[in-house]
Amino acid sequence: MVNYNERLDRTFAALVDPTRRAILTKLERKGALSVSELAAPFAIKLPAVMKHLDVLADAGLITRAKAGRTVTVRLRPQPMREAMEWLRRYERFWSIGLDRLAVYAEAREAEAKEKER
Amino acid sequence: MTSLTLVRRVRARPSIVFEAMTTAEGISHWWGPDAGEPVLAAESDPRPGGRYRVRFRTTDGLEHEASGEYLEVTPPARIVMSWRWTAGGADPGESRVEIALRAVAEGTEITFTHARLHDEESRLSHEGGWVGAFDKLEAYLAEKA
Repeated sequence: MVNYNERLDRTFAALVDPTRRAILTKLERKGALSVSELAAPFAIKLPAVMKHLDVLADAGLITRAKAGRTVTVRLRPQPMREAMEWLRRYERFWSIGLDRLAVYAEAREAEAKEKER
Repeated sequence: MTSLTLVRRVRARPSIVFEAMTTAEGISHWWGPDAGEPVLAAESDPRPGGRYRVRFRTTDGLEHEASGEYLEVTPPARIVMSWRWTAGGADPGESRVEIALRAVAEGTEITFTHARLHDEESRLSHEGGWVGAFDKLEAYLAEKA
């Protein structure tokens, strides 16, 4: 079991490449696709597409299932959800902090107004 | 979503908000992710090249520390600083916090941005195409939810 941070690294690293994002976008629209269907619109050779699929599979962003001579690729959104949650944690962190900042600054403002009277 | 931006309005003048955000005394009153524990230690030298360090405990009992360098300090309007977790959990690399303060009728509008939140991102942020990734992702997740 890889740790949380390693998983996040893999998700971000996988998502940073435009070809891989294009593959995910296509899967998101069409659901399941065979490797050859996936490779068709890209101006790169099949082995290069296979390498991208390896990276996506390592990151847990797709699954591959073989039936006869056809490999079917499916989208697996869980790691993306995890990446989103990671970003939301930061949002919560600062949001709560800024609430407290407001309380503190407003109390200082009230003191300053009192002195100015 | 390449970075996180929060906008808040506070009923206090910009100079007071600026002080609350940059002095050790001010920082010790508001940093930290939950209501449980106060800040344990805060140091701040708010000038370009100066450093800050904040240590706090969360309600789960764990201690965390973040520190970094002030890159831009323009009272009472703008603060830019580097940010890094230096204790308490995994280090996702250096990120950047940018704070803009604007005087409004009721006090101050704070625009708070935490950018370059991930190693991969800070390394590759100048490479095109990344910015849209999370927008699409969010739309996708919203659809599935």
